Amino acid sequence: MTATATDLLLQATDVAKTYGAVVALRSASLAVRPGEIHALMGANGAGKSTLVKILTGAVRPDRGTIVVRGRERTAHSPADARRHGIVSVYQEPALIPDLDIRSNLRLTETPNEPFRHWMHELGLGDLDMSALARRLPLAWLRVIDLARALAIEPDVLLLDEMTAALPANLTERVLEMIGRQRGGERSVIFISHRMIEIAAVCDRATVLREGETVGVVDVTQGSEERIVELMLGEIVKDTPAGLDGAAITARREPGEARLSVRGVSAGAKLHDGTFDLHAGEVLGVVALEGQGQDELFDVLAGSERPSGGELRVDGKPVSFRHPADAIRAGLVYVAADRAEALLPQRSVRENIALPLTTGMRRWGLINVRRERRQVDEAIATLQIDTRAQREVRRLSGGNQQKVTIARWVAGGVHTMLCFDPTRGIDIRTKQQIYVLLRELADAGAAVLLYTSELKEIQLACDRVIVIFGGRVVAEMDARDADEPALLRAAYNLTADAEMPELEASAAIAAEQAGDASTEAAAAGPPER
Amino acid sequence: MTATTAGLGASRSRPIDAVAGWARRNSWTASLIAFLVLLLVFTRMIQPNYGATGVQGLAISVMPLALAAVAQAIVVISGGLDLSVGSMMALTSVVSASLMKDQTPEFAFLVVVGVLLLGLALGAVNGSLVVLTRVPDIVVTLAMSFVWAGCALLVLRTPGGGSARWLRDLILGSAGNEWIPKAAVAVLVIVAVIWLPLRRSRLGLSLYAVGSNQLAAFRSGVSVGRTKVAAYMLTGLFAALAGISLTASTGIGTPVPGPYTLQSVAAVVLGGVSLAGGTGGVFGPVVAVVILQLIRTDMTFLNVNTNLATVAQGVILVGVVMIGSLIHIRRSRA
Repeated sequence: MTATATDLLLQATDVAKTYGAVVALRSASLAVRPGEIHALMGANGAGKSTLVKILTGAVRPDRGTIVVRGRERTAHSPADARRHGIVSVYQEPALIPDLDIRSNLRLTETPNEPFRHWMHELGLGDLDMSALARRLPLAWLRVIDLARALAIEPDVLLLDEMTAALPANLTERVLEMIGRQRGGERSVIFISHRMIEIAAVCDRATVLREGETVGVVDVTQGSEERIVELMLGEIVKDTPAGLDGAAITARREPGEARLSVRGVSAGAKLHDGTFDLHAGEVLGVVALEGQGQDELFDVLAGSERPSGGELRVDGKPVSFRHPADAIRAGLVYVAADRAEALLPQRSVRENIALPLTTGMRRWGLINVRRERRQVDEAIATLQIDTRAQREVRRLSGGNQQKVTIARWVAGGVHTMLCFDPTRGIDIRTKQQIYVLLRELADAGAAVLLYTSELKEIQLACDRVIVIFGGRVVAEMDARDADEPALLRAAYNLTADAEMPELEASAAIAAEQAGDASTEAAAAGPPER
Repeated sequence: MTATTAGLGASRSRPIDAVAGWARRNSWTASLIAFLVLLLVFTRMIQPNYGATGVQGLAISVMPLALAAVAQAIVVISGGLDLSVGSMMALTSVVSASLMKDQTPEFAFLVVVGVLLLGLALGAVNGSLVVLTRVPDIVVTLAMSFVWAGCALLVLRTPGGGSARWLRDLILGSAGNEWIPKAAVAVLVIVAVIWLPLRRSRLGLSLYAVGSNQLAAFRSGVSVGRTKVAAYMLTGLFAALAGISLTASTGIGTPVPGPYTLQSVAAVVLGGVSLAGGTGGVFGPVVAVVILQLIRTDMTFLNVNTNLATVAQGVILVGVVMIGSLIHIRRSRA
């Protein structure tokens, strides 16, 4: 770290930012050399997002300097930052849902030819430019956003959780593309919770903790440990690895399954969902993007009506017309997207209490004392940080997700359906969620856990099923479900199948044509 | 959580703390009340004669709009907007006036109950159309405002009818102390009896939930359609109360809708209810109505041209809301 300022492409020094009483950044520094892929790491609430917003001009710092190519710059807006050569790809695709892709590109004055080139490189070369953004799957929108940023040829490209929610084949392409930026004039700042990706593409990592830069690490073999150590501070020993022993203690009750799914089909993607979920177990679900898992969870949660098949809860056939029916039958849903689950302007208490009353006489008076007790218990169980409890939107992402889980824990859990509950959440909160799911199962609940992170299966589950092309194609014990095994199953590989990526992306392309879930995500409210 | 439990414990021992806690949680309404007090002092300064009679007149003139503001606030909290509030008031006012004229007090009581049910029904029609047709609230309620206004003219071509004696007595004059107008007591009692229990009920939570995030409410088992219809029904109920109060305070029914619809929207905004839904309460809008009326009165005292007074009212509305959001932005930044 003896590089002088002029050798650096981007240098941020002693950047600080407070929102009211909340200190988002205490003293953050970041130095990026030309031609490097630089990871920005930190648990949720460490200040990554704030630093990114400051670098891209979305937020003004209270203090600190930002130097780009040796000249001090203060960006007053994202357009300003772009002129200085800093472009960011945010977690939420910055595309106008009601405009087609061509108009979206014109809006940002993106040159067409380079964009097409990058789209081709990223494996989506045959994209229909006149498609409305809201009709495209979320994963594609993110890739479009990336190609658009690359087409501008920025000096510094900021990628915030770029690979979250991308299917494996696209992730691979994106990582390859990022890797190719190395060694040139330009640099990439890469933000991800997936350590394996950091190890694969990054040269160095800057680690933030509680709004401060606590270290810069050269990414080499075995540096993950060091990074995690820095991110977590003193609680290193609690890394998920410590959970292994406890994880694989399936205590399946004999007899009737808690939830029995037979040949359930829905929409164009789910054809034959068939599996049993038992009390006392955590059943993992693995699938590439768009294989019918969204529909399966929507059917189980009562948000969508199946077109065929049979559902049984505790042996009794059920049919859900409304989520309230599913909740009354004991099936509760935890969404990946907090925007789908929370009342942003309401308090933590109201957010937790919201479904507590579903079982009550319609529109009756709420028993305030009982509600308060249940809510308090749930808050304590999940260790929710309630400092900003008056408006849930002011909580950090991890705490928000805890609130969405707490609302079900408060009422007592029978069967919990978790759809990628740890997406974009820091390691520590993730681990708390694993432990909680395990405790719920031990207490007799049944837990269904879809996850886009294959590693989670062995950490959190007893058993796993794999969905491909709308059907359950494999079931295995979590002990055998290491990442290669799961990937093979998720791609539905038979021993001699060839070109899995092409097949899979063709399947995804065919099946994702009208992904409804993208609309909600693309139209979601901007982060405050 | 400790903060809330401590606050609750303290409220049992010291009412001052409870008031302070309430003011902190409802800072917007608290500042509105402070502003109202300042305005009253100012009124007294420019018009030393302004006393108990003035306050009574203020309360009576404000009552219909205050109830209309509550009506509008409820539907706005649930994420909708009702542009037919004024027309519903006109319709319920003429129905009650034409049926009550020269009738016995007992019959008049039945009329009041019937008109309240009529209000619920009007709201149910509005709400069902919004939910079933999926046409935007503004379009549906604007169209229905013409329908209800037309119906009002069918019932009574020209202002007429009458009000039962007891109904007028209920809001005219003072209750005990000459400084406490009956009309103000009536508004507070109506709001307390209907809104406060509602706020603590499942329906109340559902109203806020649907206004805040429909998808989240749906996923949590709230019936979005039913909640919306209920919100419009409550709006209809309060519009009917406003219509009856109009009949009672003027003694006749007027078939042409007053400026109540847009003024109720103004009061809701000034009262701290976000037009995006999900936040605020009904008390703020009531205070806002009183403030708007008092400003008008002061303008008269100051001999300001009435047209200019209307302009000033608009400027004040924009100014106050702007200052409010500036404070909000500063607080979330600094």
